Amino acid sequence: MKEEIIIAGFGGQGVLSMGKILAYSAIMQDLEVTWMPSYGPEMRGGTANVCVIISDRKISSPIITKYDTAIILNQQSLDKFEDKVKPGGLLVYDPSGITRAPARKDITVCSIDAIEVAAEAGNPKVYNMAVLGAYLQMKSIVKMENVVKGLEKSIPARYADMIQKNREAIEKGKEKVKIISSVL
Amino acid sequence: MAEKILMKGNEAIAISAIRNGVDGYFGYPITPQSEVMETLMKEKPWETTGMVVLQAESELSSINMVYGGASCGKKVMTSSSSPGISLMCEGISYIAGAELPCVIVDVMRGGPGLGTIQPSQSDYSQAVKGGGHGDYHCIVIAPASAQDMYDFVDWGFELAFKYRNPVIILADGIIGQLMEKVELHPMKPRRTEEEVLRDAPWATLGKPAGRERNVITSLSLDANTQENFNRKLKAKYDDIRENEVKFSEYLTEDAEYLFVAFGCSSRICEAAVDILREEGIKAGLIRPITLFPFPEKEISRLAGQVKSIMSIELNLGQMVEDVRLAANGQCPVGFYGRQGGNIYTPEEIVEEFRKFNNLK
Repeated sequence: MKEEIIIAGFGGQGVLSMGKILAYSAIMQDLEVTWMPSYGPEMRGGTANVCVIISDRKISSPIITKYDTAIILNQQSLDKFEDKVKPGGLLVYDPSGITRAPARKDITVCSIDAIEVAAEAGNPKVYNMAVLGAYLQMKSIVKMENVVKGLEKSIPARYADMIQKNREAIEKGKEKVKIISSVL
Repeated sequence: MAEKILMKGNEAIAISAIRNGVDGYFGYPITPQSEVMETLMKEKPWETTGMVVLQAESELSSINMVYGGASCGKKVMTSSSSPGISLMCEGISYIAGAELPCVIVDVMRGGPGLGTIQPSQSDYSQAVKGGGHGDYHCIVIAPASAQDMYDFVDWGFELAFKYRNPVIILADGIIGQLMEKVELHPMKPRRTEEEVLRDAPWATLGKPAGRERNVITSLSLDANTQENFNRKLKAKYDDIRENEVKFSEYLTEDAEYLFVAFGCSSRICEAAVDILREEGIKAGLIRPITLFPFPEKEISRLAGQVKSIMSIELNLGQMVEDVRLAANGQCPVGFYGRQGGNIYTPEEIVEEFRKFNNLK
């Protein structure tokens, strides 16, 4: 098993921490991971992306060109990464940041209105977890119990109340994901 | 079972320093290694192990604080990135000249000058061939994972004290920034004063009655004294060359084509080897783990076995010179590199491999 994921959006949307929680969840499931961010002069409002590789074997190159899954949170990222999803792969996107819908017909495309989930929860910080939930609904590469362990490892003890809120947002994301087109 | 934690390569350096009984860290922030000091400041080891963590006013200060701490037989280290290391080179030469142990972490970015903050391997020559003035060598070890970053701190100090020589951990922006699973080994306490005296009888910790004073210096104005000292250094470097070479090999046993790559590039090359092997091309990889001493004997042996060698580096071609010396004309030696923070993909390396070897 090997899953290569690009998560891309604006700085401040929680792209890097979503990747970290996913990576930690995979470690809790005794899988190998690499988490490689773009670390240029990015900042809030600029673009941010992270490449997460999860595998049951040792991972060689952390640098890859094609992805099994792209999780896309803004238009710039869709323009950059839509072509880089492997045929038969998965693209998850948040339509609120997108002006042009994905055009690929050879991949599974689904959307998640994560802003709505975050608004209903009354907490913008859980936005990224709704997106993670949508992804995990499509590809359950890590068990929910390990995602919770990943959350516990990633969130400092003083924000322990956030673990439950994040967990709820993941569950909501799982419920609310919409399949636009499927090749599965 | 040891605890497994997801951490950045840079964080692993900091955590390892604390857990391996380092006495002092002196540094100055620079991308892409700022998390080293950030993590140390967050962990506050001065409250637990008593380790000193100090942000100096410049790289010059940090390396000279390292010089001072090392003179007292302490386990001291610094970290920086390319332009910062350039500033430290005078101090590193003095430390090598004074035969003091220390660990210097260089998380390379693209140069020359201030260059870019993106990953690069353009300081191979600076680290391996000198950087500072005079006939000296640092021992240079090149990590390729966050786990290596963790493990190499302890190994670095072991080598530094064994040979009374500075050790450079030559990492790059990728290895510093990526997060991976790191297995933490049991903690080693900091050495007691008695242990320091035992392990570093040369340290300047105050002269007891009954022995001559210890002198730490890199200055000797007498030509013969200096020459004898340089010859002593040469003997030490030969000893290091003989005993400390470390490398890893991937599918070299039956290889007809060889890649040589260190650090992050070795991992990208490993993926390139896999692509070529799937196509039935017998490629293999040797990864020098120590850059000084360089695994010249093993590369020389493989040069007699393969049709060609390619050195793959994130620079304009630095290690390739050492590969050519090792191959010594036994087979063609080629090079492919990217610069400025651009990083090759496994597919790109395969394409360049085909061009170099005239393969379809």
